[in-house]
Amino acid sequence: MSPVVLGIETSCDETGVGIVRDGVLLADAIASSVDQHARYGGVVPEVAARAHLEAMVPTLDRALADARLRPADVDAVAVTAGPGLAGALLVGVAAAKAYALALGVPLYGVHHLEAHVAVDTLEHGPLPRPAMALLVSGGHSSLLAVPDLAREPVVSLGATVDDAAGEAFDKVARLLGLPFPGGPPIDRLAREGAATIPFPRGKAGDGTYDFSFSGLKTAVARWVEARRAAGEPVPVADVAASFQEAVADVLTAKAVTACRERGIDTLVVGGGVAANSRLRALAAARCEAAGITLRVPRPGLCTDNGAMVAALGGLRVAAGAPASELDLAASSSLPLSA
Amino acid sequence: MLVLALDTSTAACSVALVGVDAAVSGPGSRPVITALAGRVTVDARRHGEVLAPSIAAVLAEAGARPADLGAVVVGTGPGPFTSLRVGMVTGAAIGAARGIPVHGVCSLDALAGDAAALLEAERPGSRDAGRSALAVATDARRREVYWAAYRPATGGSDEPERIIGPAVDRPPDAAARMREAQVGSLFGPGATLYAEAFAGFRPPPRPVFPSPAALVRIVAAALFDGGAPAPLVPLYLRRPDAALPSAPKAVTA
Ligand SMILES: Nc1ncnc2c1ncn2[C@@H]1O[C@H](COP(=O)(O)OP(=O)(O)O)[C@@H](O)[C@H]1O
Repeated sequence: MSPVVLGIETSCDETGVGIVRDGVLLADAIASSVDQHARYGGVVPEVAARAHLEAMVPTLDRALADARLRPADVDAVAVTAGPGLAGALLVGVAAAKAYALALGVPLYGVHHLEAHVAVDTLEHGPLPRPAMALLVSGGHSSLLAVPDLAREPVVSLGATVDDAAGEAFDKVARLLGLPFPGGPPIDRLAREGAATIPFPRGKAGDGTYDFSFSGLKTAVARWVEARRAAGEPVPVADVAASFQEAVADVLTAKAVTACRERGIDTLVVGGGVAANSRLRALAAARCEAAGITLRVPRPGLCTDNGAMVAALGGLRVAAGAPASELDLAASSSLPLSA
Repeated sequence: MLVLALDTSTAACSVALVGVDAAVSGPGSRPVITALAGRVTVDARRHGEVLAPSIAAVLAEAGARPADLGAVVVGTGPGPFTSLRVGMVTGAAIGAARGIPVHGVCSLDALAGDAAALLEAERPGSRDAGRSALAVATDARRREVYWAAYRPATGGSDEPERIIGPAVDRPPDAAARMREAQVGSLFGPGATLYAEAFAGFRPPPRPVFPSPAALVRIVAAALFDGGAPAPLVPLYLRRPDAALPSAPKAVTA
């Protein structure tokens, strides 16, 4: 029987426990503290860490129950060692160590972004080597070259120089008076509007693979303020559509360029913002035009979850990669080469 | 019964493996506790790295396997949040993995238990001689202490009884309330850290940190009563730092 790998994710506001056997997802239990953060307009680290402690064991138990397994059936434990919120990460890392130690099974500390890429293998099978990945969430906006998830570190080609894409959605939503997190309401509103306002595409065509969304956010704020100052109504749906178009445009343009320049024919898009309907549509159209295979996991696997950690752990176990030691440190700024 | 005990509520990351034998000889007799192996590492910033290897080390030293454990006992604070959580989630996860009960004990009670035992050893019999209250204090950072006050153990119990706290206060405020409660001796790292505020209480050098053995002593009877332990609740005593957002600021002046 192939090994059962349990994965734990606590880098932000989701307590996730996933269980994978042989590339098949057996359970994906999640507890989210997002409602507790909503009134603060963003994730509060201490609130998130407290929620992780409360949710950790119930989520572990629920994942096992969903998979109809007992703790003794677990053959390896994987955990997000970073990057993320330090206090939040530490809860998951300590729990993973304790679980692995108590069961006498190996521990695998993994990188959050690599796990976001690995989750796609649960839906679409093994990744071609190499592949390209665009990861866009509340905390990250990264373009990654992925040589071989099980054996070689992922290489960062570019990242945001200021706000992450999801952060931009959240901030723009706030200035439009929409609830947190801002991605879903902007996505919904944008469908009723038209992308008629020419908001700036930060760093587009600058020859790097980096992104910038802070100028875009400011441009939206200025535009809206000017309308309000003039006593005119703000066409919120058009603003949402135009902002969303600007984000989707730069993200997909740079991702497709990177694939072309590196001769890579598969693009994986992941992270919470990959749930965005316009980003998905534009990526599909541009990849098709460029002869690139686009792979996007279903939305539930794009946001933070334990399944992605279990998926990457499973690849590591199968490849015979070395396990982590029990003194594994949680690292809020874990580099990709770890 | 083999019991794993740990406390991460102070700068010390303390782990012990102890044997607990049910009371055998008649009413009033207490479980017998035998220390088998222990590790104490004092480094406030590294509980997350040190704890699991320490647990592996005490198991190895005692020649025991995780499957041999019958219960886990963890200190529930109060203590700095991050390290406190490391210990609590570790204890909870070991309990979940092995299907064994996890008992929580206020860490200050363990410190007080050891302090009382020390006083008793210094002046035997004093427990019944109308001895004054004692208090313990640990570092809560931000120029505050976590503290609690206790009545000395009475006939029925070996452990002092908590009469105030656990609380978090500025040292002068804690000292005033201790004086009100007629506390005679004060123990713990908070006492030495704020020697001036606590000048009225001669801070004895020991015990310095909550000991895992004391945690076990406090719940020893409950280990054998077969009931499910109460849910583990961390004693944070402070709300999370979080500011409610102001209205979006205008970007144009
Ligand atoms: N449909 C959507 N369109 C755009 N952004 C979205 C959408 N759904 C979610 N998001 C954004 O995704 C982010 C959360 O993604 P997640 O991967 O869970 O991130 P994090 O690593 O920040 O927890 C939030 O910023 C949210 O606004």
